[in-house]
Amino acid sequence: MDLRELYQEVILDHGKNPRNHRFPEPHNREGRGYNPLCGDKITLRLQLDGDTISDVGFIGQGCAISQASCSTMTQAIKGKSIAEVEELFSKFRTMVTSDDGSDDLDALGKLAVFAGVREFPMRVKCATLGWHTLNQALRNEGGEAKTE
Amino acid sequence: MNEVSPITASTAGFDAQHVREDFPALHQEVHGKPLVYLDSAATSLKPQSVIDAVTDVYARDCANIHRAVHLLSQRATARYEEAREKVRAFLNAARKTEVVFTRGTTEAINLVAQSWGRTYLGEGDEILVSELEHHSNIVPWQIVCQQTGAKLVVVPMTDRGEVLREAFEQQLSERTRLVALAHVSNALGTVLPVAELIELAHQRGAVVLLDGAQAMSHVDVDVQALDCDFYTFSGHKLYGPTGIGALYGKERLLEDMPPYHGGGDMIRSVTFEETIYNDLPYKFEAGTPNIAGAIGLGAAIDYFTSFDAQAVHAHESAVLRYATKALESVPGLRLIGTAPEKVAVLSFLMDAAHPHDVGTIVDSEGVAIRTGHHCAQPVMEHFGIAATARASLGMYNTTDDVDALVGSLRKVQELFG
Repeated sequence: MDLRELYQEVILDHGKNPRNHRFPEPHNREGRGYNPLCGDKITLRLQLDGDTISDVGFIGQGCAISQASCSTMTQAIKGKSIAEVEELFSKFRTMVTSDDGSDDLDALGKLAVFAGVREFPMRVKCATLGWHTLNQALRNEGGEAKTE
Repeated sequence: MNEVSPITASTAGFDAQHVREDFPALHQEVHGKPLVYLDSAATSLKPQSVIDAVTDVYARDCANIHRAVHLLSQRATARYEEAREKVRAFLNAARKTEVVFTRGTTEAINLVAQSWGRTYLGEGDEILVSELEHHSNIVPWQIVCQQTGAKLVVVPMTDRGEVLREAFEQQLSERTRLVALAHVSNALGTVLPVAELIELAHQRGAVVLLDGAQAMSHVDVDVQALDCDFYTFSGHKLYGPTGIGALYGKERLLEDMPPYHGGGDMIRSVTFEETIYNDLPYKFEAGTPNIAGAIGLGAAIDYFTSFDAQAVHAHESAVLRYATKALESVPGLRLIGTAPEKVAVLSFLMDAAHPHDVGTIVDSEGVAIRTGHHCAQPVMEHFGIAATARASLGMYNTTDDVDALVGSLRKVQELFG
């Protein structure tokens, strides 16, 4: 088990200094995520213009994986359409949960640094918390996004 | 290096190195490193004698109890009741009828909440708990509060994680009917001054339940000396199997309480018009119980009592002192829970990394600790944190384990520093 596979430089950097760590103004969507296992909490706000995420940011606290994942996610989704974002989430989830080689690392770009998470099943929820929260914000459902 | 000189594995009358031989789970590698098990507050490892006792039930005395006349059933029944006697003796309960087998502490507390609580609590009555309780000593009382109109009142703890007599006295009132307290905190290791708190509660006429889940293997428990009304514990934190524990209750209280579950074994006679309940403790043991678990618990008590308890406690507190000093010397590390009276638990935070990351990194070095809120979210809230990393000790831990932990924490700093 190589820890450097999990804690890549990009993850350590984003974990320490999360990007888009602010609430965008204006915003018209909000999602809240909570991982009861470790207490990680994220509030994500975004501006949806038509079908496009024109701005996004989050405030949260938690482990390096959850914070870095949310940080890199906000960078990856800005300017993308809902359909594009959903496809990205689907690819990301496949990458961190399966090892059948079906993941599409090129399409994931910088997000591919989370590939090492699949070797750490207990940490998959950390890596997907931001994405579940985004999903909830886009659906504009009340309540909290869960990683279950 | 820290200034405390390493103590040898052997303190007077107790040889931890020798004890380690009895625990097969210790002798394995994880991630290519020797296992360092520092999570006994979650569950303790099991000695071979307990594993053998459980296996032997299924291999030899596999029968239901209190039923058949055949020999296997007689043997299983005898061993199950011997286990009850071992629990009685270990708790120093006055009689065997005061020992009810349950699935564990949680079920024992729920039993008292639903049976005693629903019978005796009413609108405006108060249940007193402390701020450092495990969820299993909070939620069952919240449920019974909803059912009866009783109110949950909380004794605050100090920033060191203590529950002080003065704070307790302040929250006691004319309406306090029941006091439910941890004997030892699972998240912080604090030993509560239960003897004097019980006395104060009794002066007000309140009934007292102790959650002994974390206490049994670390402090002496004598229910008659404590004069508690109910005592609850889990076998799996006392080197026994999971899924078995017990409720101790004073006979006069248990006698007057209605059954918790209905079913077989808890009845004397059943017709569609009327059911007459069985005697204590069977009234509270509906259905086929965890027979092998109870016998395994008996074996765990045999194992534990084969040592001088004071020597075990002395060994553990020596390791705890060593570990406290060692962790305090780690830069950027803060201990959470620093009560002067504490046992076996080291909860901590590191500036460099979140507890969850700490847990993963030390695991990669073979060191097993717990991370999270430890089912004590009000404790986390008190300190304004979401989680801690927690190393906890058992009788088999030595200062070598502490050194391995400290070494693995250096890896956290390398990676995150």
